[in-house]
Amino acid sequence: MSAVQDAVHTYTPREFHRQAHDALGNPQIRDNFRRAMDGLMDKRRGVFSDWDLETLRELGANIRLRALAKLPDLLEQLEANCQANGIRVHWASDGDEACRIIGEICQSHDARAVIKGKSMVSEEMHLNAHLEQAGIEALESDLGEYLVQLNEQTPSHIIMPAIHLNTDEISEIMHTRTGTERTRDVDYMTAAARQQLRERFMAADVGVSGVNFAVAETGTLCLVENEGNGRMTTTVPPVHIAVTGIEKVVEQLRDVPPLYALLTRSATGQHVTTYFNMISGPRKPDEHDGPREVHLVLVDNGRSSIYQDDELLDTLRCIRCGACMNHCPVYTRVGGHTYGTTYPGPIGSILMPHMLGLEETKDLPTASSLCGACGEVCPVKIPIPDLLVRLRKESVGQGRGNVPGAGVKRSAKEVAAWKGFEWLATHPAAWRRTTALAGKLQKLLPSSIGPWTDYRSAPKPAKASLHALVKRHRRGEGES
Amino acid sequence: MSSRETILKRLRERSDGPLTAPVSDFAVVTGRGWDAAERVARFERLIGSVHGEVVHTSRASWTDTLAEVLAAKGVMRLALGRQHPVAAEARSALADGGVELVDADRDIEEWQREQFESVDAGLTSTRGGIAETGSLWLWPTPDEPRLISLVPPIHIAVLDADSIEDTFFDVVECHAWAQGMPTNALLISGPSKTADIEQTLAYGVHGPKALVVIVRHTGGVPA
Repeated sequence: MSAVQDAVHTYTPREFHRQAHDALGNPQIRDNFRRAMDGLMDKRRGVFSDWDLETLRELGANIRLRALAKLPDLLEQLEANCQANGIRVHWASDGDEACRIIGEICQSHDARAVIKGKSMVSEEMHLNAHLEQAGIEALESDLGEYLVQLNEQTPSHIIMPAIHLNTDEISEIMHTRTGTERTRDVDYMTAAARQQLRERFMAADVGVSGVNFAVAETGTLCLVENEGNGRMTTTVPPVHIAVTGIEKVVEQLRDVPPLYALLTRSATGQHVTTYFNMISGPRKPDEHDGPREVHLVLVDNGRSSIYQDDELLDTLRCIRCGACMNHCPVYTRVGGHTYGTTYPGPIGSILMPHMLGLEETKDLPTASSLCGACGEVCPVKIPIPDLLVRLRKESVGQGRGNVPGAGVKRSAKEVAAWKGFEWLATHPAAWRRTTALAGKLQKLLPSSIGPWTDYRSAPKPAKASLHALVKRHRRGEGES
Repeated sequence: MSSRETILKRLRERSDGPLTAPVSDFAVVTGRGWDAAERVARFERLIGSVHGEVVHTSRASWTDTLAEVLAAKGVMRLALGRQHPVAAEARSALADGGVELVDADRDIEEWQREQFESVDAGLTSTRGGIAETGSLWLWPTPDEPRLISLVPPIHIAVLDADSIEDTFFDVVECHAWAQGMPTNALLISGPSKTADIEQTLAYGVHGPKALVVIVRHTGGVPA
């Protein structure tokens, strides 16, 4: 029951190393993630087998790049078409402003209860905490998010928020928090949650959802889901507020089918999700259901900074499928909470430094073996390994300085050491003298050199360098 | 300056200069070249793989099939529209039966709790199907509102076999969706489901536990 007891623990990216150490020592966490991620990888492989996957990824990357190339124009077009459809559009520079806008809309309706569909942007800006401070209850309705909220945790995966919990743990959480029977019967627990949440849908004053794709051409908000809670959230309450990052816009409706095909297959290995919900306005006068008011909140929160730099721009192509997490050897072992950020895993490691600054997140770009799996599976071909390297460079002050907190890991000692090495390596005589000396002083060199030697032996210079050996060999002296 | 202006200004005055928009080739999501029989077979296989139930029937006797489905599922109260031919034909066929017909063309505020708690199934027409993914596409109307395909525990959808197309992209293009979108457009592929409890599939988490697709054929009905 470790994960249940762990509920009140808060994670922070500053403590990545300690959190990773703890997670690695927790067999429950390792078991839960290993099993889940293996399953997801297999399913993804299967579902793409009859596709020309490379061509489809090429198209996905191309559509996202086209949207980014025209981003300011598309945002204006999206706004104009949404407004023509009756959707009210709001702009927020950061998470706080977005929270304030949503809070004000809620207050203008005297809302006390908000029901939420899954939205990572709302997690990013800590919307629930903000609403609670304003005396408004925000209840998650996606089953995984609901369970995580009952356990006072945050999601550990962007697609499967409760993936760190196993059946017994969930049974215990539901029993403690909602009074259901302790059971391993998943159908029973699902039915209980359905019952509990149906009342809340009916009672909710406002529904808050995210957006998977916002179509500029038609002013349409697209939501991808399996459960139906997204449709409930966007249809049952009298007011619907959709909140999304400014990068989620696409140019045309025809751009949507390829991205949707990539998203479901990459995320969960499904050909398609149960529901694809496309919203183009509030209830019309002759219609009988749907919200009377629809709002769209466009959130920047660091995205326009990422947008400035040609290399970093690729980060914004992301369609939030989570495939990079599922395939990451680090994520699979330490789990999502270890990262201490809204978006964990490889995508989080290249996104969160822009949102929180490298001071907070300096360990994330190095939480990777650069094996390349994340880049290989990315449906929109984001070169995640290259971006990890770029952020490593930024963190030691060797980049372009376009990331907040750039240079935080710069150490005078390290710089001097590399400068010295550079000088030696470009001055052959000095190099030979130094390596010869190192060979002689072998025994005196330190056997412990920081974290490198925690799991490895320190390198030992040879008594004679290869260069010297070859020279002697040529002179006919043979090996010493 | 408002946040809107600040954001747009920053995007327009991009430090690394303006970006070039590539041209997209959509060939990979169209041109499947399946024939009618193959489309039906693929549709059935795909939607079946996610727990959707398919019943084939002829255009002429589909309401008999509907009555059988209702009896088999034990549906006592069926929500449906009035004007769409599917709803109109169902109403006249079921008029004297034991199934209570519930009007769906009412403001939800009048009957929300009734819809949530005491309707056994919702009947809707569909605009078409998608063979590649086993999906239905619906544009809810005042006659057949959004929630009757979501709230009742069973959704019964009526699909004409000849309205199944190859891919989602083909549907969006052939039916010129971009020329005018409805308030709500939906793809539905199976009953509501979740795998949030340790990846174990469970159906009916928020929406219907069962989706029955009555496929109507004008020619021969597949076995």
